Amino acid sequence: MIEAHELSKRFGGRTAVDGVSLEVARGEIVGFLGPNGAGKTTTLRILAGVFPPTAGRALVDGHDLATAPLAARARLGYAPERPALYLEMTVAGQLEFVAAMRGASRTAARRAAAAAAIARTGLDDVRERRLGTLSRGLRQRVGIALALVGDPPALLLDEPAAGLDPAQSAELRRLVRALGRDHAVFVSSHVLADMEALCDRVVILHRGRVLAADTPAAIAARLRPSDRVEVEVQAAGAALDAALAAVPGVRAVHRVHEGAGRARCRVEAMPGTDVRPALAAAVAAHGWGLLALAPIEPTLEEAFLALTGVPERAA
Amino acid sequence: MCRRELGALFGGPLAWVLAAVFAVLAGYFFWSELAFFVLFGGSNLPMGLWRFVFLDFRLVALLVLPLVTMRMFAEERKLGTLELLWTLPVRDGEVLGGKFLAAWLAYLVMLASTLVGPAALWALHPFALPPVIAGYVGMLLLGAALIACGLAASAVTENQVVSAMLTYGVLVFLWFVTWNEAALSEAVAPVLLQLSLFDHFYGFAQGVIDSRHVVWLLAFTAFFLFLAHRALGARAWRGVA
Repeated sequence: MIEAHELSKRFGGRTAVDGVSLEVARGEIVGFLGPNGAGKTTTLRILAGVFPPTAGRALVDGHDLATAPLAARARLGYAPERPALYLEMTVAGQLEFVAAMRGASRTAARRAAAAAAIARTGLDDVRERRLGTLSRGLRQRVGIALALVGDPPALLLDEPAAGLDPAQSAELRRLVRALGRDHAVFVSSHVLADMEALCDRVVILHRGRVLAADTPAAIAARLRPSDRVEVEVQAAGAALDAALAAVPGVRAVHRVHEGAGRARCRVEAMPGTDVRPALAAAVAAHGWGLLALAPIEPTLEEAFLALTGVPERAA
Repeated sequence: MCRRELGALFGGPLAWVLAAVFAVLAGYFFWSELAFFVLFGGSNLPMGLWRFVFLDFRLVALLVLPLVTMRMFAEERKLGTLELLWTLPVRDGEVLGGKFLAAWLAYLVMLASTLVGPAALWALHPFALPPVIAGYVGMLLLGAALIACGLAASAVTENQVVSAMLTYGVLVFLWFVTWNEAALSEAVAPVLLQLSLFDHFYGFAQGVIDSRHVVWLLAFTAFFLFLAHRALGARAWRGVA
């Protein structure tokens, strides 16, 4: 539904987007991740038809944005990061205006298109309010409603969760998940936890290039430096470190905590080796009590940080 | 597009203030020129009255129209709604056309308010209509030219004051450029005279519709609409901000 082939965008001498290819099918939610300034918004603007790429092709439902811009734009809805609101208009007023611009020439058709977008985003209570009087969360929701007018099959959402409180972003996730059932949704965000649960696939962008594109779990798994296990034992820290480090397959041992006669360590093993039985045996051999032994699942956030080269915070 | 523009224009106080200023100034000018004409007499209405009335109306239009057009693109750029328009299935030309039409219709309403004076005069003392009609045709064309220039200025900035000032700068320069003919070399004078915006209006004010001036004013309008269109297209290399 949404296709990008080798998109590049240069502004003067600066390359904002560099050879980005991606695809989003109907019924799929694809996340677009990257640090600020990575080129996410520029890519989304190209896909939305705001401006053409310097090189490459972008298609919506098979319509090339360069050669058939109106047909392509008719099939996509775009919610910019900062909702594009006519502050003096009412919620319903601007939605009807967008419906008219999308070709609903009859008043009844405009009203129906606006009403559908209002119903889908739960804006019924504020439909006659002026946009300038709405709170941030509501404005964000109107921004999405604007993208839904006329029910275009391809949706581009730029940081829709920006500035929302936890309850609002949970609600947004529900909405996006519902939309993902029958639309192609391409959503950018920096809230990795949200994306991990929400998206079928994620595309990671850094300095204008795609670093990875896969399911969140696959990206996280592919990028983990090693298998990791957390062990908690009734023993002195130094002795435990030495004992664990001697287990075959263990690459490194970091002590996380020590006190009250127990110590907790994070053990890094060679990739693909499950060192848990050997660790348990080593602990038992020293006569210590084993309190906990659990694998540490890699998160998308770690993968993201590893990929983009931003140093991980001290744990 | 046009309807939204008109709604946005008259939904706020600015358009009403501008329309009121337009009506009051034009009415005052008409009254004072009429008083002057009656006081000093004369039998030539077109040269003695209408010419001065329309030259005064022109100044009112020059004062008011840049303030009508200043927000049309600048505000959309600032709000981010221009970006929204660019993703809807409409061409830049259609957006531009809608805004131009809205501004021109608003101007039409303002201009209609100036008919009150001549109509009252007609009731008291019927006069030959053609020179007045020529004057109004000139005003309509001049208004289109001023609006096109204002839209072009509005399309390059997100600041309404910059937009209005830019319009005044261009328009007033095109007016003043021929004031001091002594300062111009003989080589450039004819060219600059051709460029002088209001020189092309004087004929209408005197009651003459000259096709050359009609074409010139339409070409002026088209040229600035073209510039406005290019300014919108500049996002391809300039980006959105």
